[in-house]
Amino acid sequence: MSNNIMSNNPLIYGVEFQARSLCSLHAESDQDCFLIGTQSLITSNNQVHLVKLQEETNTLCPQIYEHSCGEIWSLASSPTDKCLITTCYASIERDCEKFTALWRLPENDGHLENVITFPTEKYGTDVKVTTFHPTNDAYMCSVIDNNIVMWDVGESEVKIVCTAVLDGKGQPRFTTGKWNPQSANLQFVTADDCNIKAWDLRTQTKIAWSLDGVHTQIIRDFDFNPNRQYYMATCGDDGYSKFWDIRNPRQPLISRADHSHWIWSLRYNPVHDELIGTASSDGQVLITCLTGISSSAVENEDIKTKSSIEDKIIATCDQHEDSVYCVEWSSADSWILASLSYDGRLLLNKVPKDEQLRILL
Amino acid sequence: MDIKPGDPYDIDGACFNAEMYVKKVLKESNLKQVIDHEREIHQDIQSLHSDMQTLVYENYNKFILATDTIGKMKNDFKSLEEDMESLLFKMDEITNTSEIITSSLHANRDEISKLSETHTLLKRLEFVYTLPTTLNKLLIKGDYAQVVQEYLHAQRVLTQYGNQESLKGILNDCNKIVNELKKILYSHLRDKDITGKELTKSVNLLLQLDEPVLSLCKEFLLHSKKCLLESLNVLQLQVEDINQDMIEFIDLGSDTFLSQLCLVIASFNDMFVENLSKNDENEETEISINQLNVFVEDNMIRYLEIVQCYIDRNTSDTAILVRALDRFYRKIQAIGKLFSYKDFTLNVMEIISSAARRQTKLHLDMLKAHFHDKLATVRQSLVSLQKLNDNGFATESLASLTSDVIEKIKGILQDISAFLDPKVSFSTNNALRKTISVDYVRESLVVGFLHYLSSAARSYTICIPCPPAFLFLIMTKMCLEFQISGVGHLLKLVDETYEINKYFETKNKNSSQLSSEVELASDMHSAAQHLVNYYVRVEGLSISQMLKKSVETRDWLHSLEPRTVRAVMKRVVEEITSVDSQVGELFEEGLRTDRSSDSSRRTQMSRHIRAWSTGGTATNTQTFSAINRLFSERIDIFSPVQFSRVSITTGIIKISLKTLLECVRLRTFNRYGLQQVQVDIHYLQLYLWRFVSDENLVHLLLDEILSSSVHRCLNPVLMEPSVVEIICERG
Repeated sequence: MSNNIMSNNPLIYGVEFQARSLCSLHAESDQDCFLIGTQSLITSNNQVHLVKLQEETNTLCPQIYEHSCGEIWSLASSPTDKCLITTCYASIERDCEKFTALWRLPENDGHLENVITFPTEKYGTDVKVTTFHPTNDAYMCSVIDNNIVMWDVGESEVKIVCTAVLDGKGQPRFTTGKWNPQSANLQFVTADDCNIKAWDLRTQTKIAWSLDGVHTQIIRDFDFNPNRQYYMATCGDDGYSKFWDIRNPRQPLISRADHSHWIWSLRYNPVHDELIGTASSDGQVLITCLTGISSSAVENEDIKTKSSIEDKIIATCDQHEDSVYCVEWSSADSWILASLSYDGRLLLNKVPKDEQLRILL
Repeated sequence: MDIKPGDPYDIDGACFNAEMYVKKVLKESNLKQVIDHEREIHQDIQSLHSDMQTLVYENYNKFILATDTIGKMKNDFKSLEEDMESLLFKMDEITNTSEIITSSLHANRDEISKLSETHTLLKRLEFVYTLPTTLNKLLIKGDYAQVVQEYLHAQRVLTQYGNQESLKGILNDCNKIVNELKKILYSHLRDKDITGKELTKSVNLLLQLDEPVLSLCKEFLLHSKKCLLESLNVLQLQVEDINQDMIEFIDLGSDTFLSQLCLVIASFNDMFVENLSKNDENEETEISINQLNVFVEDNMIRYLEIVQCYIDRNTSDTAILVRALDRFYRKIQAIGKLFSYKDFTLNVMEIISSAARRQTKLHLDMLKAHFHDKLATVRQSLVSLQKLNDNGFATESLASLTSDVIEKIKGILQDISAFLDPKVSFSTNNALRKTISVDYVRESLVVGFLHYLSSAARSYTICIPCPPAFLFLIMTKMCLEFQISGVGHLLKLVDETYEINKYFETKNKNSSQLSSEVELASDMHSAAQHLVNYYVRVEGLSISQMLKKSVETRDWLHSLEPRTVRAVMKRVVEEITSVDSQVGELFEEGLRTDRSSDSSRRTQMSRHIRAWSTGGTATNTQTFSAINRLFSERIDIFSPVQFSRVSITTGIIKISLKTLLECVRLRTFNRYGLQQVQVDIHYLQLYLWRFVSDENLVHLLLDEILSSSVHRCLNPVLMEPSVVEIICERG
């Protein structure tokens, strides 16, 4: 990988429409690829951009696919198949109700190939996200209003495996959802208002564990430590990012207030889990290093003891001029962090060289 | 005419020179005087002459009498001669007779002297034979001293003739009795009720009986140890008694334990050390001194431990504590004079130092509790008090957290200074003074409290449930007050009261060992910054919440034509007004950029609206806002908050408006929905500019909200500005 990308000199790619969805192409481990979904009220304008980093020239080279069925609110890529993605979208033509579909990326530019449009109508109009199961290709899960719907797409036809419903006072709704990669079972984790809930989908509505009322305002995003069991992070509109051992739901391990407005997105680095990327509507992207609660602290007692002193922000990216809604670590080069702001600007930042060395040594 | 004796002119003197005299008279006197003088002399001569005749006549009679006496004596001497001859003859006879007697008696004399010698020996033997019974009698009478004397008296003889059968028996009897005596005496040593004097006596007797010194030392010390242990146990019991007065305790300790110990040391010195050194037994002296050392050290350490334990447990007034310690110190010093092998004052210093440390720590804890109480009171009244516009409240609360606390610290400094009172015996120790002044009072108490203050203030930001937001503002102000004056004032006070600078020669050293004012002030400042940031965040989020709910719950896609400003906007403005007035109670106005005139504000707003209205399509407005952004300076929306009314309120407004922007971007609007936003924004525009430091900031944010709504609108047609104005003015 080229060394030219420094945090103070990020690679920039611009989309001509506004955008609030970004994901890394998880199945691609050789090249840094990111997907961007655009937001335009003019339905036919919408696109999915696949941005690839060309190592030789150190440039970003896009492939653009038409997504003419509506503006994209969220985007996910398959962990196993480079060509499969899902989108959640809305169109004026259908009264701004949201739908979700599984797409196949074509060889060249052009239209996305629709694989499945999920039958979500009867569950609600606000589809938040449709995610791939981390290991099983056939399983997918959608979060719609206050429902979780698990699909089986293994056969030619989509089947509903199971559903779960969030009941409660004041019409609770999910904000987002994600498979728990730490659990071997079918555990799906959701955020609703200030709560995190883990649903055991084998027994339908059983809640395996939960973190209740852990933020003072709505939780926007959460992520699991990829290398350390039970450890996860949450972030939300109160501007806090909190780090949890889910076995102790009363007290976060760490609570940080580095941003001055809502935190929209939070991601553990897939390899070096002490690194956490966060994106906020204050226009900043931060990379925070939390050594004490990383998986390396488990192996190394020394780190544990000096951890709290070393917790710090190691990189601040303020080259966005609008709110930043998404961050994603690259699946190929774990030092690269992509961030997308509302004005359609994609930045590829790299963890500073000396911090890389400090972590590796 | 003056005449001195020995003068040749003295007519009665021995050295009279007639010729010179005549010459002189002739030379010095006139004729009449010479004739008179001649007549005088003549008369003198005649009187002298008659005197001489009288004398000769008298002495003549005496001569005749003497001649008669001598004639009588001549006759008497003739008879005396005869008597002398007969005496001589008789003396010769006596001498002869005496010689005869002496020679006849010579044979008997030897025998007599032999007999008298035998007599004395027999007398002595009689004493020896009666010795066992005498000793027994004395023993029963309890006159042990006599027993020993008698025994020692006889012992020499007995040992000399000990090989003779009869004496051997006696010796054995005596030894038996003496052994009994020893037993009794030893039992005295073990008897705990016995007085010191008797004990000394017993030991002395034993020493006279040639008992081994070292084992006696051991016995003696063992006995003393028992007594001391008793006193120690009594003291130990007192430790548990919390109500015990400290001075009483110390007095009790010195009256019982210490005086006993002194007695032991003194008698030990008398009995053993001096005896031994008198006899030049250096090795044994050393060993016995060592024994004493070990003994004293053991007991003292126990005692010191008990005292330490007592002082650690009992809380008391500093004045009483210092007095008690003072007495204690003096007492131990006195012992040091008596017992010079080890200096226990060092241990006492440690105890004093730890007592001082404990006292400062207690004060610190009390101070913390006091501060917490005050804070809790403020918090309580904040919760119960609905209207915060009561003018006095904020300043009163602030005073209770700052000046009251400072006063309290002053009192404590005064209190602790009792340790360093020159009247107190240990206050002369420089190292102790330094430790107390620098380490305990300055660093632990004052600096420690200031650090606690800032960290306690900080800790409130993670407090659950979140306290009333105004509390953060009060604490911010509190930290600022400490930063500006409190820290400096307190440090100056402590430095002066305790003469801190005395302990540091150069400025350079000073900075390395003492926490500096700058450091503490900056700590306070950063705590204040932290708190004010938190306040802004909390207030901002609570207003955000209102805005968020209002945008999320409305169906913007099917809005009706706007007729009024939405109620939530009015509430937001009210809320901000009330927050602003709260902030105004504690903080200065702060800097504003120059305001544009009212009319220019209007035209600016209209210009934006016209631009959108005429442009019509989304792409155009986007370009417009991009260009707009390009030309206006980039304004940092989340710049750090300053400690002024304007800056704080601005911070809150920024967060609120940013929230509104984010909410709008998540929704899709129809034409009337957009127009409603337009009305709302105009309303905010009318009221919010007065609160902020730079009104352009509000314009920019409101512009962005409007442009985002335009963007999210299916049919972006804006309302006529004049209509918007009318709606807003209507209320």
